[in-house]
Amino acid sequence: MNSPTPEIVPIRSESDVVIVRQNVRKWSISVGFSLVDQTKIVTAASELARNTLIHGGGGELKSFLLQEGNRKGLCLIFDDQGPGIPDIEKALQDGYTTKGGMGLGLGGSKRLSNEFEIKTEVGKGTSIKIIRWKA
Amino acid sequence: MERIPILQMGEFLMVTIQVDMHDKLAMSLQDDLTERISRKNAKGVLIDISSLEMVDSFIGRMLSNIAAMSSVLDARTVVVGMQPAVAITLVELGLSLKGVRTALNIERGMALLQSIRSSQQQVEDSPIEQPYA
Ligand SMILES: Nc1ncnc2c1ncn2[C@@H]1O[C@H](COP(=O)(O)OP(=O)(O)OP(=O)(O)O)[C@@H](O)[C@H]1O
Ligand SMILES: [Mg+2]
Repeated sequence: MNSPTPEIVPIRSESDVVIVRQNVRKWSISVGFSLVDQTKIVTAASELARNTLIHGGGGELKSFLLQEGNRKGLCLIFDDQGPGIPDIEKALQDGYTTKGGMGLGLGGSKRLSNEFEIKTEVGKGTSIKIIRWKA
Repeated sequence: MERIPILQMGEFLMVTIQVDMHDKLAMSLQDDLTERISRKNAKGVLIDISSLEMVDSFIGRMLSNIAAMSSVLDARTVVVGMQPAVAITLVELGLSLKGVRTALNIERGMALLQSIRSSQQQVEDSPIEQPYA
């Protein structure tokens, strides 16, 4: 069962990206992640939060602690009402960037997660969900 | 504005990153270091990241940029103390710290800078090129 209410962190400035990292660290410790798994999901969250801010024009992070039987996990959803992503395949390719970054954020955060899902509509916004399960 | 302090030790500069940096702070560190290298004619930069619990693409790019910039100014950069969990994550993220030399800790990083420096000085001191030496 998922926890009933998500925790919500606004992403409106660079300091909010730091706050996202700190919160994700706190939640991953409460799930009981190993240090390596904590670092992986914090890094993925940092990439996605920065994308929400820079490409999506700001938005928010919703987090859910997951429990399915004995399995525990952390689900993070990054939402914005920005321009959307016209070509998801392309955006996921390492090295693809429209703003002079390194083009690693999306592909990298997918590799750092166990589950990864993009919902996006051009002109409407983007929602990216990642899950990491406790090993 | 908040700034990360840069220490000078002889011809080397040393920075210890102790806070979770927001992007502008990382950018200003890059600018401050470049300015200090050229003003002090520094020959090496040691960046201690042992307190950093995460390196993402932004911080990774900052480290690569510092290494590239210092190399243009004839200084070498060594990053020391990366936590194992951070190193593992960097590989999966797909980030190769291009042009960045790394060492286990401050002592080894300093030794590396010094050995690079003394091999440079030998070349500078030799009066003529000695292709067969
Ligand atoms: N939330 C978003 N809204 C709109 N476009 C996005 C969003 N997230 C990513 N993108 C698009 O996908 C591209 C690739 O994203 P990715 O994070 O991989 O690279 P980057 O942000 O450009 O560079 P890096 O993350 O390496 O600094 C971006 O350049 C941008 O065009
Ligand atoms: Mg990005």
